[in-house]
Amino acid sequence: MLKLMVVDDSNIIRSKICRAHNADKFEIVATATDGAEAIAFFEMHHPQVVTMDLTMPNIDGIECIARLAAINPEVLILVVSALSDQATGIEALEKGASGFLLKPFSENDLRAALDELTEHLND
Amino acid sequence: MTEDKLQIFIDGVVRYFEHTADNDMRVGTPYLASNADPISMDYTGIIGISGNNKGCVYFTAPKIMLKHLMMSLGEPDTSEANMIDLVGEVANTISGNARRELGKDFMISVPVVVSGAPSKIHLPSEMRSYVVPAVWRSYSAAVVICLQA
Repeated sequence: MLKLMVVDDSNIIRSKICRAHNADKFEIVATATDGAEAIAFFEMHHPQVVTMDLTMPNIDGIECIARLAAINPEVLILVVSALSDQATGIEALEKGASGFLLKPFSENDLRAALDELTEHLND
Repeated sequence: MTEDKLQIFIDGVVRYFEHTADNDMRVGTPYLASNADPISMDYTGIIGISGNNKGCVYFTAPKIMLKHLMMSLGEPDTSEANMIDLVGEVANTISGNARRELGKDFMISVPVVVSGAPSKIHLPSEMRSYVVPAVWRSYSAAVVICLQA
């Protein structure tokens, strides 16, 4: 099982990701409502995979990605955001994200994105 | 605001509701409204816009629509807290998706949600807003765009 942390300031989105992820593959170890909480939970629970919103209070998603990647460069971060411009996607990847899922998304979209993100771990 | 820019937000509304189980969304004819009397339903999610454009984009909807929308999204908890969350998330998604065309300098805030009274929505009095009516199932909601180009 891979340890998964969900980061989003929306309860609806956190709940959707918790419901929709593949429970045979991922174990949710933490959910965080902003970047500051995410960093604290990351150090506490050591998730291998993180879903990350970008527009959040306190520490935003881009800054949070950089901080998490600095703590553990191996972490796999899937950005789940409504911000659809190319520049933001590139910036997130440069800071340490590994994939991008645009909101709104279906449960199948989420499962496919998480599978693609972690595909190499099956080898 | 140009017709092309307005279309970006109309497309955003349609895209959002395409992801619900009841993909039965109709967008009405957009119109200009005075900021002195902003349209407001039970809950309103407001996104502040800064950067190349200044103003706000908001999504306003009746309680019953939000409750059914949550059920359609598979969310079992239809509490008031989640209704407030959802109206903010819809506004955030529509505004965020607009950056595909408007770019990174279309900067959006985290959502602020107000309930009820239009007096709680402050819009620049010298401007007018575009109202995009949206009917999902039998419920009427609206996306309001108030932007200084």
